[in-house]
Amino acid sequence: MAWLNLLSFGDQGWSDELLQGAWLSIEISLCAYLTGLVLGLFGAIAKLSKSVVARSVASGYTTVIRSVPDILVIFLIYYSATDALSYLISMTGLSVQFQLNGFVAAAISLGVVQGGYSTEVLRGAIVAVARGQTEAALAVGLTRKQTFFLVIIPQMLPLALPGLGNLWLIVLKESSLVSLIGFTELVLVGKMAAGATRHYLLFYAAIGVVFLVMSGVSSLVFHYFEVKASHAWRRK
Amino acid sequence: MSDFGSYLSGELLTGLQTTIVLFIASAITGNLLALPVALGRISQRAWIRYPVMAFMLAFRGTPLLVQLYIFYFGVGQVLATVPTIRYSPFWPLFRSANGYAYVVLSLNTAAYCAEIWRGAILGLSTGQTEAGRSLGLSKYRITRSILLPQAFRLALPAIGGQNILLLKGTALTAAITVFETMAAANLVRAQTFRTYEPLLAAALAYFVLASVITSGFKVMETRLASRY
Repeated sequence: MAWLNLLSFGDQGWSDELLQGAWLSIEISLCAYLTGLVLGLFGAIAKLSKSVVARSVASGYTTVIRSVPDILVIFLIYYSATDALSYLISMTGLSVQFQLNGFVAAAISLGVVQGGYSTEVLRGAIVAVARGQTEAALAVGLTRKQTFFLVIIPQMLPLALPGLGNLWLIVLKESSLVSLIGFTELVLVGKMAAGATRHYLLFYAAIGVVFLVMSGVSSLVFHYFEVKASHAWRRK
Repeated sequence: MSDFGSYLSGELLTGLQTTIVLFIASAITGNLLALPVALGRISQRAWIRYPVMAFMLAFRGTPLLVQLYIFYFGVGQVLATVPTIRYSPFWPLFRSANGYAYVVLSLNTAAYCAEIWRGAILGLSTGQTEAGRSLGLSKYRITRSILLPQAFRLALPAIGGQNILLLKGTALTAAITVFETMAAANLVRAQTFRTYEPLLAAALAYFVLASVITSGFKVMETRLASRY
């Protein structure tokens, strides 16, 4: 059973490396997910704002993200982020050789893509909160900011939950793309293992199984939260 | 036009042809395949339903990039060990990355679109089926003449979105050495050390393609809506 040996832990096998890669995939997905949610919240607010400039910037952002391949956006952000930062540093007069940390660059570029998808999900959820809620909040004298954070956000969360779960599954799978900009997450580890041992099918199938397990567990977790949220909703 | 400009546009146009052919081929195969897969997914017979469920789970639960790797490197390697395939006249077909890209993109689209179809069919009220049954229509007839036409209208916007994702998916086939737009941009990038021009030009090309596909589906939607 040569392949069992290859998938064992320790010196002979690659499982420990693969698990490390999987952990990095999860970490980078989490960072990109959070970055995406922050961007998405801004995007959603901008899309619903009265300002024409904000609206058109936000809709331009989502349109581009929706129609340009994610890997292309990731490449563009990855290179421009490094260039922009070195430019900023040279502006301050420091002449430091600058190299953006691979993890940060990957997380930012993945997060920008994710932000485009998050914008739509969050916008949908905000719109779904009844209009009367805003009116009531403003009527009792809350400021616009308070209305948004104390009234709209808590009510939109259960509505956004299925969408947020989908976004997480998307970013988890999309994290495989940062292997193409040289970040050693699960897919790149597997690729190296496959190349070193020449057992391509075995290792790529193993990566697939790890992804299946990760997305399966995530769906269970999100399902749990959805059920919880719907109960909490009903009790009130 | 400058040297660089003509070089860039020449390579991109070559790549764009592959992108378009790959997209159209996989879109047709994938969307057609989605229907039987969706019907299999909601079939009453367990021996049809469970394999179809496994197929959909496998293709929806793993990244497209990994699927491309599994087929091109993994299955390709296994096929090379089978002498009847290795020495058959069809071997070049099994060796080309384009073939694997086409197969994977089609299957991937089929799995995702099948889920959309399933949602649309289940979203129809049960009264539709019951009405069909009380009219004495056969099961096949109910599915073909009552359920599918209505489900198609419900599913069309989501299917349009899925086809945009398919277009974006074709960019990943560059990773398995298919020479399409993304690969052309990467080639120019490596040859000229200019980062932004090739990538932005490729992005523009994809943007235009995506707009064409989106407006195509819009036309289909309005046509379909005006029929009822």
